[in-house]
Amino acid sequence: MNHNSSTAFAVKDCALVAIATGQKAQDLRELRDKLITIPEGSIYYHFWGGRLRPRFDDPQYINDFATWTHYQVHDDTLAERLAIITPTDFQDLESLRHELIEILEQRLDEIQWPALVSPDAQFHFIRSQIVVFDTGRLVESPEGLAESVPHMSLGSVFYHFIDARHRLTTGQNDFSTWLNGFGEAYRDLCTQIASIDPYFATLSELRANLGLVFSEYFGRPAS
Amino acid sequence: MRSIQDYAAVAGHDVIEHLRQLAALLQGIKIVHVNSTRLGGGVAEILRELVPLKNELGIDARWEVIRGEEAFYQCTKNFHNGLQGTPAPMAEKLLRIYEDTNAANAEELRPVLEEADIVFIHDPQPLLLLRSIPNRKGKWIWRCHIDLSHPYRPVWKYLRQFARHYDASIFSLANFAQSLPHTQYLIPPSIDPLNEKNREMSDGQVEAICTQFNLDPQRPLMLQVSRFDRFKDPCGVLRAYRLVKTFAPSVQLVLAGGEATDDPEGRAVLEEVRSEADTDPDVHILLLPPDADLTINALQRRADIVLQKSVKEGFGLTVTEALWKGNPVIGGDTGGIRLQVVNHHTGFLVSSPEGAALRTRYLLQHPEKVQEMGTKAKEFVRQNFLITRHLREYLSLMVALIKGDEERIKLEMHVDR
Repeated sequence: MNHNSSTAFAVKDCALVAIATGQKAQDLRELRDKLITIPEGSIYYHFWGGRLRPRFDDPQYINDFATWTHYQVHDDTLAERLAIITPTDFQDLESLRHELIEILEQRLDEIQWPALVSPDAQFHFIRSQIVVFDTGRLVESPEGLAESVPHMSLGSVFYHFIDARHRLTTGQNDFSTWLNGFGEAYRDLCTQIASIDPYFATLSELRANLGLVFSEYFGRPAS
Repeated sequence: MRSIQDYAAVAGHDVIEHLRQLAALLQGIKIVHVNSTRLGGGVAEILRELVPLKNELGIDARWEVIRGEEAFYQCTKNFHNGLQGTPAPMAEKLLRIYEDTNAANAEELRPVLEEADIVFIHDPQPLLLLRSIPNRKGKWIWRCHIDLSHPYRPVWKYLRQFARHYDASIFSLANFAQSLPHTQYLIPPSIDPLNEKNREMSDGQVEAICTQFNLDPQRPLMLQVSRFDRFKDPCGVLRAYRLVKTFAPSVQLVLAGGEATDDPEGRAVLEEVRSEADTDPDVHILLLPPDADLTINALQRRADIVLQKSVKEGFGLTVTEALWKGNPVIGGDTGGIRLQVVNHHTGFLVSSPEGAALRTRYLLQHPEKVQEMGTKAKEFVRQNFLITRHLREYLSLMVALIKGDEERIKLEMHVDR
C-alpha cells in the first residue's frame, strides 16, 4: 500500500485461518526445544492471533505462552515473565523467539524438575494464514479517520494497527504510515498514535483509544 | 428459503461481503461433500445448511451420501469408538466389509468424484473412497469431526494409512490434530441461527410444545439433548439429576435425542437409559424424529439448566445451540465442549455426575448468574460459532488450496451485487 497525500486510505478487514503445526509440548523443556525450530508464523499467532478470538482469560496473560504456563504448568513466576514480553519491543519475530527461549532457559536453570502437564493440557503450536478483505471503504483525508475509525470492524483494527507492524518493514501501523505521507503536517498526531500500546489492550479498547485520539486531534466529538 | 443476505442481520453486513469476496475466487469450480447419513447428527445438519449457502454464492457444491449394510455401520461405529479412545474390535471380516463398501460407493460416485475440484470427505466412513479414485483431478480433504485426542492406537494406525494420502485435513481443535504429512486446518463447526432449531420463538410457542410432553411450566427443568450414545453419558446425567432432586424435589429432567442412521448402538443405549430411569415420572426420555428441530428449540429455550455431560465430544453442537439461546451450559470437561464452555463465563466444565449436580444446584440458586453467563454465552457464539464464520473458513481454505500455502491471501471487493 503506497500511502501519500494523494491517495486515500483503503480500509481493509481480515480473518485468520488457524493451522495446526502438529508440534506440541508437555513441559517447559519441550516448549523451549520446539520454540527453537517452530516457524515464525506460529510465534506471531501465539502473540497476536488471540486478539481475534474473544476470550475471558485474565488480561495480564495476553500471549498464549504465558496463559499456558499459568493455567496448565502452574508456574506463575514464569507466566509473569512471559506475560511482560512486549512483542513490539523486538525488531522482528526472530528476536522475539530468542527472548522467549532465553526466558525459558533461565527458568529451567532455576527449577529442578519442570512439571509435566497431562496429555490433554499440552501446548499445541498453531500457525495461521491471514485472509485480507477489501471493504471498499476509502478515507479521503486525515480528518476522515475521526469519523471512520470508530466504525471499523475489529478485523480492520487488527489489520491496520497490529498486523501492519509485522507486514511493513518500518514496523509502523498503517495509520501513521499514511499520515507520514503528508510530510510533517501530522507529526504530533503520529506521536499520539504511537503512544497507544497495541499489546495491553483488547481490539475494542484499541478502536476506542484510536477514535479518541483522532476525534480530539481534529476537534470532533467522539462517536 | 433463506438467502445469504438474511444472515447480515445476525452476523453483520461485512461478514456477508467477506463471503462474496471469497466466493468470487471460487466461481466455476466443482465441490463435493461426502458423508454417511443425511439424517441425524451434527455433520448432516451442517451440510444441510452449508451446501445451499455455497450454491447461493455461485459455487457448484453438492452433497453425496455413501450407503452400506448394517455390518458396515457396525465397523464404522467401532472406528468412531476407537478414535475417541475406547478399545474397539477390529475384526478382519468387518474391515473387509468396510473396504468393499467404500469401493462399491466409489464406483457409483466415480464420475462426480473424478471431475470434482475439491472433495470433502467427512469422518472415517467414506475415508477409503480416495483409494478407489486414482484418476482424481482435485484436492481431497479429510474433515474429521471426531475427538481424536487419544485414539485407540490400532484403529488410528489402520485409518491413518488412508488419511495420510489426503491433500489436507480439518479438525475442530488443535488437540485433535495428528501426525499427518499435510496441512491440518483447525475449523470448529457452527450452528445456523436462522434455522428451525435456533430461530427465535415466542413464549407461547415454547409453552405449547412443552405441554405436549407433560412438562410442568412452574417447575425447574434440567435438559440434555443428544443422541443416545455412551460418550454423551446420559446415565451420568440421570445420576446428577438424582443428586439434585434431593435438594430441589420439584426438578424435572428431559433427555431428548434422535437416532442417526449410521449409529447402530443408539437403540441399546436408549434401553439402558430407560432402565436406569425406572418409573420416575419426572424423568422424560424423548426419542425425537429427525425433523423435530422446533421441539428441540423449544426445550432449549424452556430449560432452566442445560447439560452436555459428555465424556468424549468432537464438538457438541447442542452446546452451541443452548449457548445461543442464552443458557449457560454445564458440560463435560472434554473435546469441543472446552472450546465453548469457558469455565465460569459461559458455563461450567465438570468431570463427574457429582460435579454436574453441584453446578446445577448453584445455578438453580443464582438466577442472576444464569442471566449474566447467558448473555456472555450468546455473544460468544455470535462471534465464534455461527455458520457465516464456518463458511468463511471453508471458503478461505479452498482459496488457500488453490492459491498455494501462502501466508497472506488478499481479496478484492466484489462489485457485481
